Parts: sequence; C-alpha cells; structure tokens
Amino acid sequence: MTETPGRHRVLAGLLLAGVLGACSGVQTPLDPMGDHAARIAVLTWVLFIGGTAIFVLVMGLLVFAVFAPARIRQAFGTRGFVVGGGIIFPTVTLIALLIYSLGVSRAVVLPMSDNPLRIEVIARQYWWEVRYPDEGEGAVTANELRLPVGREVELLLSSADVIHSLWIPNLHGKMDMIPGRVNRQRMRADRPGVMRGQCTEFCGVQHTLMAFWAVAQEPAEFDAWLARQREPIAPPATPEQARGMQVFGEAGCGACHTVRGTEWQSRLGPDLSRVGSRLSLAAGALDNHRGTLAGWVAGAQDIKPGNNMPAFGRSLPGDDLLAVAAWMESLR
Amino acid sequence: MDTQAPKLELPNPLPRPEGELALLKQVWRQPPGWRAASEVNNGMIGPLFVAAALLFFLLAGLLGLIIRAQLAFPGLTLVNPDTYNQVFTMHGTVMMFLFAVPAVEAVAIALLPSMIGARELPFPRLGAFAFYIYLIGGLCFYSSLFFGIAPDGGWFMYPPLTSKAFSPGINTDMYLLGIGFIEISAIAGAIELIVGILRCRAPGMTLGRMPIYAWGILVFAVMVVFAFPAVIVASTLLELERAFDWPFFLPERGGDPMLWQHLFWFFGHPEVYVIFLPAAAMASMIVPAMAGARLVGHSLVVAALVGTGFLSFGLWVHHMYTTGIPPLSLSFFAAAGFAVSIPSGLQVFVWIATFASARQRIRFSPPALFILGFLFIFTLGGLTGVMVSVTPFDWQAHDTYFIVAHLHYVLIGGMVFPLFAALYYWAPAVGQPLSERLGKIAFWLLFIGTNLTFFPMHISGFMGMPRRIYTFPSGFGLELWNLLSSIGAATFAAGAAVILVDVVKNFRLRRQETQANQWNAGTLEWIATPQYGMRSVPLVRDRYPLWHDPDLKRQVEAGGHYLPFAATGRREALISSPAEATPQYIAYVGGPAWAHVVAAAGTAACFLSLAGSFVIPAAAAGLIAVAAFVTWMWNGTDFGPVGPERADIGGGIVLPTHATGPLTASWWAMVCTMLVSGTAYACLLGSYLFLWLVNGDAMWPPPGQGLPAPGWGAAAFALYGGAALCMTVAAWTLGEGRGWTHRLALLAGLGLLASGWAADGWALWQGPIRPTLHAYGASAWGLFVWQSAHVAIALLMGSYTLARSLTGKLGGQRRLTIDNTRLFWLYTVGQGSVGLVLLHGFPRLLP
Repeated sequence: MTETPGRHRVLAGLLLAGVLGACSGVQTPLDPMGDHAARIAVLTWVLFIGGTAIFVLVMGLLVFAVFAPARIRQAFGTRGFVVGGGIIFPTVTLIALLIYSLGVSRAVVLPMSDNPLRIEVIARQYWWEVRYPDEGEGAVTANELRLPVGREVELLLSSADVIHSLWIPNLHGKMDMIPGRVNRQRMRADRPGVMRGQCTEFCGVQHTLMAFWAVAQEPAEFDAWLARQREPIAPPATPEQARGMQVFGEAGCGACHTVRGTEWQSRLGPDLSRVGSRLSLAAGALDNHRGTLAGWVAGAQDIKPGNNMPAFGRSLPGDDLLAVAAWMESLR
Repeated sequence: MDTQAPKLELPNPLPRPEGELALLKQVWRQPPGWRAASEVNNGMIGPLFVAAALLFFLLAGLLGLIIRAQLAFPGLTLVNPDTYNQVFTMHGTVMMFLFAVPAVEAVAIALLPSMIGARELPFPRLGAFAFYIYLIGGLCFYSSLFFGIAPDGGWFMYPPLTSKAFSPGINTDMYLLGIGFIEISAIAGAIELIVGILRCRAPGMTLGRMPIYAWGILVFAVMVVFAFPAVIVASTLLELERAFDWPFFLPERGGDPMLWQHLFWFFGHPEVYVIFLPAAAMASMIVPAMAGARLVGHSLVVAALVGTGFLSFGLWVHHMYTTGIPPLSLSFFAAAGFAVSIPSGLQVFVWIATFASARQRIRFSPPALFILGFLFIFTLGGLTGVMVSVTPFDWQAHDTYFIVAHLHYVLIGGMVFPLFAALYYWAPAVGQPLSERLGKIAFWLLFIGTNLTFFPMHISGFMGMPRRIYTFPSGFGLELWNLLSSIGAATFAAGAAVILVDVVKNFRLRRQETQANQWNAGTLEWIATPQYGMRSVPLVRDRYPLWHDPDLKRQVEAGGHYLPFAATGRREALISSPAEATPQYIAYVGGPAWAHVVAAAGTAACFLSLAGSFVIPAAAAGLIAVAAFVTWMWNGTDFGPVGPERADIGGGIVLPTHATGPLTASWWAMVCTMLVSGTAYACLLGSYLFLWLVNGDAMWPPPGQGLPAPGWGAAAFALYGGAALCMTVAAWTLGEGRGWTHRLALLAGLGLLASGWAADGWALWQGPIRPTLHAYGASAWGLFVWQSAHVAIALLMGSYTLARSLTGKLGGQRRLTIDNTRLFWLYTVGQGSVGLVLLHGFPRLLP
C-alpha cells in the first residue's frame, strides 16, 4: 500500500468528498435545534444586523467626508464630531449591548433542571468516546452522541491526550476538552434530528477528520437505543460473519477495541459493540456500510494518515476483509 | 499653516563656515563597497529592515496561497495533512513574528529619527544587531519548511499537543528556540525606540508637539517590553519540559496546559495592538498630509493610543472563552473587550473628521487609496471584533473561519493597508517615489482580493467550518464560499506582485542630500538627508513645523539651527530631556563596525543549533557570540570625554560632550532592559502561583518533595546582600579608577554573588526539590534557571568592569561601565531575593 500512496489518497479524497454529503444546515449555529443555540442565534442576528447598520453609517460618513462640498463637510471636521461619533455613540451602544449580552450569557449557562442526563465525552486523537455513566455498565458508544429530545443533558468533557474542543453548533457553543480537567456543558435538543459536530481545537495531524454525529431522539426511542447498547452481542448469524469474528480476533483487533460479550475489552480504540448501527466510521470521516467498513480496515492510514488505527490491507486477504466487514456490519 | 510663525533669530549665524558641512559628511559617510555591511546608520538599516520584512510577507503569503489552493474545492489533497499543518502554522508564525512586528519596527527605525529631528537613534549598533539577528534567524527558520521540520502545532502551539509525547520531532523546538530568539530582536529594537523617542527629540519638540507617529511607536515599544517577556517565558518553560522533562504543562504531574494559554495570550493579545497601533499612527500622519489639514483631535488620539496600550493587557482571556473559565469572570473580559474598541473607533472618527476638514477635494493618490481601503476593511474587522467579545457569540464563532475572517480583516486592514500606504507615501522621503499608476492597480487588486478572500469566510465559519482543517466535506454548503476565498487569494497575490514589480523597478535609496516634499507634509522627515539626518537640528515650535514656518526647510539646510557640525569629530546625537526636549548633552553614537554582525550570526547559530539538538556547535556559536558582544562593548562604548569637553550648539546653548549616571541614554536603556527582565520574572512568579492554585495546598509541595532548606536560603539572602553592598562600595570608591579599593570590592562582590547563587540552588536541592517529579519542583527550578542566567550575566559584567579598571579604562568621568553593571547587579540581587522570599516564605507563611 505504501508503494501507491497517490492512488489511495485520491480514493480517500473521493470518499471524503462524496460520502460525507448530507443536507446543509446540519452543522451551523443558525439552524438551532435547542434552546441554548436558539438564544445565541437571536443574539447573532442582533449583532449581524446592528453591525451592518453601524458599518453602513460609518462608511456613509467617510464617503460624505471625502466627496461632499467643502462647505458642508468641513462642519464635520471638528473635535465635537469626533467626541460624539467616536466616544459617546459607541459608549452608549456598547453599554446597551453589554447588558443584553450578559443576559444571554446567563441564560445559556444556567441549569434548566435538577436531574439532567449525564453523558461523558472523552476525546482522543482523533475520535470520541461517549459514555452514559448513570445508565449502567456498558452504556458506551463512540463518535456518536445520542440524546433524548426535551431532556436536559449535562456533558462531562475531558480528554485522554491533547486539548480538543466539542462543538455541536445546532445545540450550543463550543467547550474545550482539556487533559486534567472535566468541563461541563448543558444543552437540550427540542426536536428530533441529526446534527453534525466537530473538533474545533487543533489536535494534531488528523484534526480535520475528527467529527461525529449527534442524534436527538424521542425519549422512548432513545431509551430503547440505550438498552440495546448495554446488551452483549449476538453470536454470528452466518458463516461469513463467523469467519469475520474469527479474523477480528486473529488480526489482533481486540488489543484496542471492546466488543461486549467477548473477551475483547480494550479502551484504546472505539467500542465496536454496536458499530453497525452507527451513522459514520472513523469519527465522521466515512459513511457506514459494508464497503466502507472493509475499506477502513484495509486502508485506515490512507483515509486518515497518522491516526492510531493500523491498516490491514496488506496483511488480510480480500475475503477476510469482507468477512470482518460483514460481521461488524451485523453488530447493530 | 494656520498660524504663521513669528520671525525668529536663528540659533547659528549664516552663512556657515567653510568645511563644516564637509566634516559632517565625512563623519557620517557610509563605508564603500562590501564594507557597507558594517554600516549601522538608520538611513541604511531602516530601509533594509523594511525590505526584509516585506520579503517575509511574500514568503508567508505564498504559504497562504498553498492553503487557499488546497481549500479551493472539497476533498483536495495537493499537500498531505502533515505538510498542510506545517504550512498553516508557518503562515501564521511568519506573518506575526517575522513580518508584522518587524515591519512596524523597521518603518520606525527608518523614519522616526528624522521625524523627531534626530541625526540617529541612540544605539545604532543595537538596531543593526536587531536587524541582522532577524534576517539570519528568520531565513533559517523559514527554511525549516523545506526539510519537513517546520513547526506544525498552530502558531499558538498549545501543549500538550506540543509536548514531547505528542510532538517528538524537532518541529516544535524550531518554534520555541527559532522564534524565541527573534523576540530578542523585537525587544532590542523596542528599547532603542523608547530611548530614542524620549531622549533624542529636537529642541522644543515637547511631548505635546511630538508627532502622533512617535506616540504610536512609543506605546508600541513599551507594549513590546511588557508583552514579549511572557512568550519568552512560555517558550522557555515548554522547551525545559521538552528537553529535560520538567512537567510545567503535564497534568499527570501537577502541570496545567492552561498555564501556557495564559502566558501565551498575555503576550498574544497585546501583540494584536502592538501591530495595529503603529499602523494607526502611520495613518494619523498620512491623513493630514492628504487632507492638507491638521489632525482633528490630536490629544484624543494620543489618549486613545495610550489607553489602548493599557487596556490590551486586560484582554488575554478573549482567546480562552471556551476553556471552561466561569462565565462571571468572562463577563469582565467581555466588558474590557468592548472598552478597547472605543479608542479604535475614536481614531476612525478622527480620520473621517480630518478628511472632512480638508481644504481641497482629496486627490486619490495611492497612499490616499490605501488609507481609504484601510478604513473600510478595518472598520468591518473592528465590528466583528466587538461581536467576538460577546461571550455566547464567541462560543459559536471561536476557532471557526469566522475568526479567520475577523483576524485577517483586522490585521490586513489594520496593518497591511496602512503599511502599503506608508510605502507609497514615504518612499520619496527615503528614496525614489514609486509609480502612481502601478500603485493604483495594486490597490484595487489588493482591496478586491482582501474582501473576496475574507468576507466569504464569515459565512463559511457560520456554515460550520472550523479553522485549521486541511480539507472540508462537500454537501454542507461550504463549496461556493471556499472557492470565492481562493479566487480572492489569487487576486490579492496579483496585487502583491504588482507592488513587488513597482518596488524593484522604481525604488532606489536616495543619494542626494535634498528631497522634494512631495505631499507638502508638515513634519520633519521631509527635510532630512539620508546619512546624518538634518543639516542642523531644528528648533521645533509646532506639531507641524514645516507648515508652521515654511522657511524652516531653508534655515535647517543652510545650517542655521542647532548643532550644524560634528562637535567632537565623531558621529553624535543631541540628547534632550524626556518631556520638554531641552538639550542636555551631546552623545557619541556608534559608527560602522563588525562585532555586532558577528554577535548576531553567533546568536542565531547558537539557538538554531540548539533547536536541532547540536549541543557542541551551539556552545561554540554561543562562545563566539559572547566574545563578539564583549569586543563590541570593549572597543565601542564608554570612551569617556573625547575632544572638546563642551560645545556651543547655537542659540547660546553650551552642552557637555559627555555625561554619566541617570542622565545618559545608556542608563535609560539599562532601566528598560530591567523592565523586560522584571516582567519575565513576574511571569515566572505568576506561573509558580498559578500552578500552586491549580494543585492546592495539599500538593504544594507534593509528597516526597519539601520546602527549600531555610538555612541555606538565609545564607543565600545574606550573600546576595553582601554582593550588593560590595558593588555599591566599588562604585562609590571608584575615584579616578586607579585605586585598589573598588577593585577589591568588585572581586569580593563576584565571589559573594557566585556563592549566593550556589546557596540559593543548594537550598532547593536540599528541600528536596526535584524538577522532573512534579510541577512544584519544575516551577521552583524554573525561577532558579532564570536567576542563574542573570547571575551569569552579572558575573560577566562584573569581571568585565574589573578588567576595564585594570586596563585603565575606568575612571571618574569614564564610568558608564560600572554604573550600568551596578544597575544590572542590583537588579539581579533584588530578583534573587524576591525569589527566595517566594520559594521559602510563601508556602510556609500563607496557608
């Protein structure tokens, strides 16, 4: 694989460009899905409109100062104009803005309820581990943040290596994930939907491909999903899947990954117990189906060079790759 | 122009005697041929400095083009992720450290002396040293890109990503050491500019009559003195962590990555204003000339510049809104952010008002166009700046392309456009004018290019695009905005190319003595010569001397004002009082030499070898540098009185040609140096206290580590005190420099200082305190490392002073050396004592 990096890079690029496509509006503060983002969006529009008005006003004055007939414009060439426009006007405007914006600041950090659903998000180069600490052993997933609609969640944000930052703009602003600290952020999804989130603090060579999907579900649907996460996996249903599971073990995948109900219990890489049900692979880098699963296992270093997942394209024959992919696809 | 000056009797009678001008020219003559490299005159170093800064602008701009090429379409992989990360890191780093700050400093070195009526800045060799260290170091640093060892952690280099575990290569060391020592250049230049502005102004140029540009540069330089030490300290700590495993930023051993962010942004936010204020001050010089009218609200602008300087030190947390700092604290910084926008907005209104008061319709020459473009772009960037001060807004905008848009609007609008305005405006003052036609073409390309590149980034940021990504996915509505940005970047590049062609084709340094005042400006830089500044140093009676007295140019060029000759037959500067600019003495200033060039090359080689872990070459280069510094001092400073003891500079003012003590420019420079050191030490003390706060009293010291041994601490305190006493006695008993009392006192002082230092360190070791186990030990030893460097320099200076005494180069009139050594010596002792009080006292007394 190392001999033909160019071909794979093109492939990786095509995968990225093509597969990531979804509808627009899934990663923007201007399409709020929850109360916090909605308040900030209103503030944003106030700033945009107010800023535009002031910009037009100042540029108007400049054009006037340069082009107006001398007698009229010279009346503006005074200290009084400078004091009025440069001191009094901004002071009044900014005091008003300060009062308003501090109100918004307060509103978006105040707790909304006493018993939010706690979700731990642990960032690693270059993926996200997501745990539901109050929901029992095994309530773990990766690169996907599911939350119930209408209930406040409290994210406990930490990092296992370098500084990352979690951003789901449709729900709230960013919060950094700093080694040695736990930052807390509360948010609430007010309607069901799928949103994209991304790491926004430069965290190394693959910072670019460190995204995830946030999925807001109706409470019943969410509870069912959570219960499903905790269950051990079912035995393989087909010979191909059985072969895939065997290859998984032989190739040493269990050294890094957890699959619930098996001997593989490592936390170095993402928990794969329900990998087949996820919306993306490799932290939002790829869509998730059998083809991309096989492609990722074979060429992780071409799709996401420098990440910690080794490429198995040279060590595993094609049939085995497909078998592993088939098995993982069945882990739903 | 408004009020005609009353006729005045000239300080010196005309015509001037035969031969006077010839001697002046002879004294200030530039060495011919290749020896010109030894020249230190600001008339040559200044323009070269500007040219070097523009070169780095082009080099960093090329990297920007690579970024825009990669991001033109989704999924492109023209450069691989690793290279891309080096490219964007270098783009930011080179633009900030090797273009923006040096460029504003360079313009100041080129223009400021003539603007304040000085022949030269007080320490031309220091200025030349700053230039060479920057040029050599900068080019080597940039070249790291070609070897794949360029920094790759973003220009603010957050650990632990940049710690050894996650960045094992030397890329980070290139940044920490490579950029670290270029800061020395910025600080050296700043000290020279502070002393130059405060002590070298023409007679009568009180602070009230000083041009706005000098105010801007004064505030700039003071900010450099207080801001840059923080990044030097941060770089030192991170390098200590990387090289010796001292865990300042590693949480598992009591360190905290947030410490870096506080230190870096304590430098990094003022840095923005460090870049903007001089550029704003340029605009405040150019606008009146374009309008043919005085700046409206001169004193308001001065207040705005000084106010911005102060406020900017209270804003560093702006870059840390998303780090989890409690919202109540953030609201203070939000308010401070709003407050700092007022002085900037005020200046916009000042420029508008000055345009409004123009006598005639403004002519759209290139400088006027660039100023108008600056107002457009900067105002927009300023408004988005207010937006990102608003905490919840910033939580969304932070680290997205909205910020990329904002910072480029502010820096290109607030610095690059004024710089190009300055280039077209002042080119005739230092050389040949540039082409009006090319200037206009360049302006439109740059103006359209800037807006086309960066305006769409506001949108792509709000469409969810984070900064520092090497590609972006399709289908999120990002394609159009990124393509527009890339087209804009190409347009901008075309504009920069036009300027390059214009400069290469048309610009030549001026050789002839007189110049045309092309814009009919009112300030003194328009009557200076390239070598010795003014023919005679003018008596200044107004903020716009050339408008105030249209005959001034003729009088000055005829030699009718002050000091129309070389009083001692050497290069000299008129030193005046800081507020009223009353002439005080005539100072010798350095001429062509080589030692500073060798010192610059040695320093650069030393630091760059260290970055590559080549310890022996680094040590050799360091020794060469130290030897060059000593030679520079030994042969080039502290001559004592030479030539006539007093000189009549005209108008009945008789001045000494030599001075000692607090009157001298050299004493002022030493005080500035101590402010730099003191600020750095304060940052280290702050780091110690910050880490203490983070760890809590129970872990300070952590189990297994102790407090420094009090007995040895007391001994260190006493020995430091004794060293201070000895130095004081030595300076006191110097007499004519031939007795033995001061020599013995110096010798004893050297011994006591060295012993004090040893006791200081031994007390830590006995604690026991070990630097690698915990941030407690690391921060204690970090303070000691800084103190050790000062002790080493103080010992070198003390030995040097002793050697000067033994060779008869020290005396009652010739005591600059011992005065400055004493200052630094007492500072070092004081710093050590503060460290002892903190390390021994605080943990024992406070809890």
